[in-house]
Amino acid sequence: MQTVQPRFLPLRVPRLRPGGVLPILAILAVLLVLVGIRQPDFLAPSSLMSFLGRSAPIILLAAGQYFVIVSGEFDLSVGSLVTAQVVVAARLIDGDPARTWPVVLLLLAFGAVVGLINGLITTRLRVPSFITTLGMFLILVGAVYLWSDGAPKGGLSEEFRRFGRRAVEDVPVLGRVPYALLVLLVLAVLAVLLMRSDFGRTLVAVGDNPRTAALSGVRVWRARTIAFVLSGLAAAVAAILLGGYSGVSFQAGAGLEFGAITAVVLGGVALGGGRGSVVGAMLGALTLELLFALMNFYGVSGALRSTVQGAIILLAVAVSATRSSSR
Amino acid sequence: MSALSLLPARRPVPGVFVALGLTLAIGWLVVLVDGGHLFNQSTTVSLLHVAAGLGLVAVGQTLVILGGSLDLSVAYVISLSTLVAAETMNGSDGGLLPAIGLALAVSAGVGLLNGLLVTKLRVNAFIATLGVGLLLKGYLDSGYDGPAGTTSPTLVQTLGYQRVGPVPVSFLLLVAVTGAAWFALSRTRFGHHLVAVGGDPEVARLSGVRNDRVLVTAHVLCSLCAGLAGIYLASRLGSGAPRVGTEGLYDLESIAAVVIGGTALAGGRGGVVGTVGGVLLLASIDAIFNQLEVDAFFKQVIRGAIIIAAVAVYARRAMRKAA
Repeated sequence: MQTVQPRFLPLRVPRLRPGGVLPILAILAVLLVLVGIRQPDFLAPSSLMSFLGRSAPIILLAAGQYFVIVSGEFDLSVGSLVTAQVVVAARLIDGDPARTWPVVLLLLAFGAVVGLINGLITTRLRVPSFITTLGMFLILVGAVYLWSDGAPKGGLSEEFRRFGRRAVEDVPVLGRVPYALLVLLVLAVLAVLLMRSDFGRTLVAVGDNPRTAALSGVRVWRARTIAFVLSGLAAAVAAILLGGYSGVSFQAGAGLEFGAITAVVLGGVALGGGRGSVVGAMLGALTLELLFALMNFYGVSGALRSTVQGAIILLAVAVSATRSSSR
Repeated sequence: MSALSLLPARRPVPGVFVALGLTLAIGWLVVLVDGGHLFNQSTTVSLLHVAAGLGLVAVGQTLVILGGSLDLSVAYVISLSTLVAAETMNGSDGGLLPAIGLALAVSAGVGLLNGLLVTKLRVNAFIATLGVGLLLKGYLDSGYDGPAGTTSPTLVQTLGYQRVGPVPVSFLLLVAVTGAAWFALSRTRFGHHLVAVGGDPEVARLSGVRNDRVLVTAHVLCSLCAGLAGIYLASRLGSGAPRVGTEGLYDLESIAAVVIGGTALAGGRGGVVGTVGGVLLLASIDAIFNQLEVDAFFKQVIRGAIIIAAVAVYARRAMRKAA
């Protein structure tokens, strides 16, 4: 028999809303201070701008992943989708600048279709999204190797690479603003607006309790499928930026799905859905990127990076989990 | 369908074995038309070897998934276990038992860490085991560039290559481990508690099950199975390999095998026998494609499609049952 112990009221500042962005902002601030101590130059506007530009792809992927996770599902296919997109773009463009825009449109459509397939299989055929997107991962990786006979072919045009590597020069105060950052800002604003719209609220409701949502007249399958399409689109944009920045390789998207999921969880979004904000998810991605930058500045060897990453993720999530479970 | 309904309703034949039978029959025909033979000695042996490696991991994975958890760190545990085993043996037979013991102890330690993170610190299993996997990855990447250590010759000759008729010793090991897991699940208190925790943790807790202890045990057992798979791989490769687990996609493939085997990803429903069926199905598809000399990348595409399709069939059945 367990007796009910009288609980002492904990001395604590007013409770943070679960899923709020304050914890991630605190972590971000600490990391910024640490970076500032080690490498004050990093905080100069121009280098900060390029850092944000470099981080744009993973932040976008985190936003895409957020839509899927908050609706109660997973998308493990985004990393392979990015790889596939980059390789396809290189082969189709083949250095011809005239093909840039058609291929960009094609990539967006490709991302949306992959998301649509993921979504429909998950919602209509009731396959757990973990398995659907894992299968999609295998299919995309296999297909892209198959299609290119094991080595990437063709090349990206300078016009295509512009999005990922060029910037608006000579901006007052800020120095240079990468195109990637502009793309990120526009899409981030759109994402926030979307989450404030009816659709956004529906999506959170679906993730929180699909049955209640369905009984309230929400078409759960449609909301979730749209979330997958958004994730696919985010992967397409991320691929365009990444391909421009770092070029074509089969490793372009490797591991990005876990990076994005980690970022989302770091940002206070609950796996299983219904909790957290898209801003938190994007800040989580930024924190993760800043963490990598910090490790560079402190000379942590490349191989040990994953150990540090793992430790920090476990710590951050454990702290937030124990806080929210002591309600 | 009508023939199936005549069977005792309690334990229907897991659908995966029907799929396995069909796959083998069709595969045998196609290979025959192609001018080959699916069931000759060498293909059967290599099929069973593939199944043994993945099977050991997947049986362990079944336990945690049944409990409503998940283990994404198994691939790294496998790699770590090959290295611990091979480096401790260092090519001599004298170090055989201590090496196996040490490899299993290290694996169990990782499982304990996973279990404690999931239960005591309430970290979501996906993130907890992913994080632990990253910890191990860092250690492996910074410490090793390539194969290290040498497996003892006795182990290579027995677990690695010896066989009874067409059945490798390693597959017999899988059968034994599966049998033990089946017994634990269906005949012991731990097994019933585990399924209860996976089905509904709150109800289990209120019924007096110590959820945390059960889940930690499941995680330790899962890692032990991965460690065992590592020892087996070390006996096949003759040395420790820091990336064998990740390159074999053992984390994701083991989960796929479990789900194809009819275990619900959300926990509380399923069993190890189905998992072995899932493993055999994946291994047979591999063997058939190898016989047909299908492009490796195409094989992966088909694999992905089959995993999705298999689970979709289950989901349909579950829906019909619920209707």
